[in-house]
Amino acid sequence: MRYLHIANARVIDPASEMDSVTDVYIANGKIKAIGHRPDAGEIEETINADGQWLIPGLIDLGGHLPEPGYSQKGSIDSETLAAARGGFTHICSLPDTKPVADTSAVIKLILEKAARAGHTRVLPLGAMTQGLEGEQLASMYTLAEAGAVAMSNARQPIRDSYVLRRLMEYAATYDIPLFLCANDLSLSDGGCMHEGTVATRMGLAGIPETAETIALAQLLLLIEQTGVRAHISQISTRRAISMLRQAREGGLRVTADTPLANLIYTDASVTGYNSLYNVQPPLRSERDREALVAAVAAGELAISSNHRPHEIAAKKAPFSDAESGMSQYDFFLPHAMALVNRGELTENQLIRALTLIPAKVLDLNQGITEGNDFNAVLYQPAQEETVAANLLASRGHNHPLIGKTVIGKVNAVFIEGVQVC
Amino acid sequence: MINDSYSDPNKVQLTEDGRLKHFLTTEGLSRELLTEILDTADSFISTQERAVKTVPLLRGKTVVNLFFENSTRTRSTFELAAKRLSADILNLDIARSATSKGETLMDTLWNLEAMYSDMFVVRHADSGAAHFIAEHVTPNVAIINAGDGRHAHPTQAMLDMLTIRRHKDGIEGKIVAIVGDILHSRVARSQIHALRTLGAAEVRVIGPGTLLPRDIEALGAVPFYDMKKGLADCDVVIMLRLQKERMQNALLPSEGEFFKLYGLTEEKLAYAKPDAIVMHPGPINRGVEIESAVADGSHSVILNQVSYGIAVRMAVMAMAMSGQQTPIITEENA
Amino acid sequence: MNLPDIEQTCQELAQRLDDLIRTEQIDNPILVGIRTGGVWVAERLNEEINCSEEVGTLDISFYRDDFTRHGLHPKVQGSELPESIEDRHIILVDDVIMSGRTIRAAMNELFDYGRPASIRLVCLLDIGRRELPVQPDLCGATLALNDGQLVKLTGPKPLELTLA
Repeated sequence: MRYLHIANARVIDPASEMDSVTDVYIANGKIKAIGHRPDAGEIEETINADGQWLIPGLIDLGGHLPEPGYSQKGSIDSETLAAARGGFTHICSLPDTKPVADTSAVIKLILEKAARAGHTRVLPLGAMTQGLEGEQLASMYTLAEAGAVAMSNARQPIRDSYVLRRLMEYAATYDIPLFLCANDLSLSDGGCMHEGTVATRMGLAGIPETAETIALAQLLLLIEQTGVRAHISQISTRRAISMLRQAREGGLRVTADTPLANLIYTDASVTGYNSLYNVQPPLRSERDREALVAAVAAGELAISSNHRPHEIAAKKAPFSDAESGMSQYDFFLPHAMALVNRGELTENQLIRALTLIPAKVLDLNQGITEGNDFNAVLYQPAQEETVAANLLASRGHNHPLIGKTVIGKVNAVFIEGVQVC
Repeated sequence: MINDSYSDPNKVQLTEDGRLKHFLTTEGLSRELLTEILDTADSFISTQERAVKTVPLLRGKTVVNLFFENSTRTRSTFELAAKRLSADILNLDIARSATSKGETLMDTLWNLEAMYSDMFVVRHADSGAAHFIAEHVTPNVAIINAGDGRHAHPTQAMLDMLTIRRHKDGIEGKIVAIVGDILHSRVARSQIHALRTLGAAEVRVIGPGTLLPRDIEALGAVPFYDMKKGLADCDVVIMLRLQKERMQNALLPSEGEFFKLYGLTEEKLAYAKPDAIVMHPGPINRGVEIESAVADGSHSVILNQVSYGIAVRMAVMAMAMSGQQTPIITEENA
Repeated sequence: MNLPDIEQTCQELAQRLDDLIRTEQIDNPILVGIRTGGVWVAERLNEEINCSEEVGTLDISFYRDDFTRHGLHPKVQGSELPESIEDRHIILVDDVIMSGRTIRAAMNELFDYGRPASIRLVCLLDIGRRELPVQPDLCGATLALNDGQLVKLTGPKPLELTLA
């Protein structure tokens, strides 16, 4: 047995509640020993991880890969590389590609391309309805068979409660999890930012919080009725948090995530009409942001990337004309660490929201424990770096950190024991 | 909380020493600067009353009217203002040309750069469009916002301020009511900012709940749903135009009900001060937001607004062009 | 450098203007002062000899030739002239004449108001350094300044001259 030996890393593993400086030994892609040298075998390589953290690989519950169909925005190769550098070992790709991921052919294409690129693992999300048009059920069983880990509606509307109910009943039959976005199009249509004081002052059409909460109420009641395995993607409001809390207290099994951007930025960022901050779900008020952070701290919420790369022309337009979305994969972990550096979250709370909680949603075993696959990140928490556009692996330069300095650097990412970056 | 401001729209429109180099919004401009615009406009009013109405100030300069939204009235007052400053003017009705073929705003701007103009007067359906153009156009081109989406219509607001100053002897201490569709009104937003900066005692907005934005108090205006209460003691009543589309989008039941509740009649005008003035940015919808007796009556200064419009536009065009020419004013000798 | 006594200069200039009006039989002249110093001087002259019913004021900000270099003067106050200057005899008054450009701008502006019968120029001080062929009909005093020196008139009461 030939081992990879990682020495003196601060191992932070929320699953086993571990946080201590120790040694880890890896062989054949799995963690063989923590804290003690294994009896047999020899050390092939030692990495001196003095001052660095060893944490489980990050898992993204929702990012937009622009392949197939949007080659001007990027490719599976470029975006999975960016994700790996950001600290992700696994990302769920949303089905709003072109063509939509509603056939096994598209699912297989995504898996093949990701495997060939050899960076982050991609766990494709299939479309819930054909063409994401919200009318006809997609062949969910076939998509799951081809490798889709769950089905998503990618913020596209479902025609009505009837179709939504049938969708859920069908998925429940085969124990297929649904990733649902809560978005009432009749209230959000035409809006481009959070409805509030900033929108009023800037004369921009707003998306009220009820666009999310009304849709969420509908989803929660139908989830209860149908018993489907459900995860709510990309929530953005304080009210949604309390609705979810209440539902769970009532015994409902439901998980949720929020995009990193909604934890860091608010609608105030839109001042100046910077189209970079045109995102869906919109960046909401400070009150909403604080509630989202509190929910992450309490372990109720996972953090997703909502990564959406765009070419320059898509963003170089007046605010409401620009396409929504932020490039997020590059520098993701140091970006997220800002919340820890500012004292809003502990290291453990942040890492848990990016690893343990998403792993549970996907039924994955992700953690630094003996016997697990070695999916992990070596992170240097103190290193400062200025983000320049040419440092991005993603082809989407619509990234809020460009020109800014981050503290922290991903030094290495391992997937099944292999260092991918 | 990371508050990541891209750029303050007010920094974009001012030179280092605080003079106008674009005119995008009344928001955030100092009282001194707004007053300077009014004073400059006043001196242009006197030139409009002479035999030769032109001054040679902008001779040799090229002004381009870039209207992405149709508007014959506003466009022609800007045209007249440019001509009276002796500038050359070009009218581009983009609404009917390139962008309808799918050309992006950026491409339109790049194509226009070849024309070497000194100023664009821009009207666009997107809030923030004038700001976007100011940020992306070649340097030394002044941008005058002739209305962007719901955000701002600063020249209209300034001509309204000039009207109040001339007919009510100043804006300080006055109670001003703006009535109608505030939600969709860029004029109202610009007026509210200017009135507050220039010292109005109170700015009121009056209309049904569907047409008043929920956070309007944050801008400094007091909302009223009732004309009697809203107009009590007002010195100035500004009526906004009601667009027909509002009836279609579930915002209002009918013109009739709107007129009953908010239409300015002589009876409702009596709630205001006896010497109150009535204003309207035009064009007026007789019988919808205002009755003819009031529109044509002794309190109305609507026609004066139109003539001040040219002087105000001459003023901001001269000031913005000046700011573009001379980023910093140094000591000058006569 | 001996600065002339402004009070005395004004009085003498007023007398000479009075003489000129009578000698040349200038019928019903209007005094028009160029802002701001020229207006003070014009009013001071009118106080002495009362030759004009009212003193017109001319703001030449919109007629200057240095817009490209210096932009718009921040304190534009506008011009005020009697209703019509058509066929009137204008006595144009300025405090200091130097390059002659101010007078050129003033005359262009006057002609945009109408066609005067004549324009005569009265200046309180001539400091030379002409750049255009413009000369005053009457001048209070001449002054030769060194390189870089300027004069400044403050007023309206009292009218005072300082070197800058």
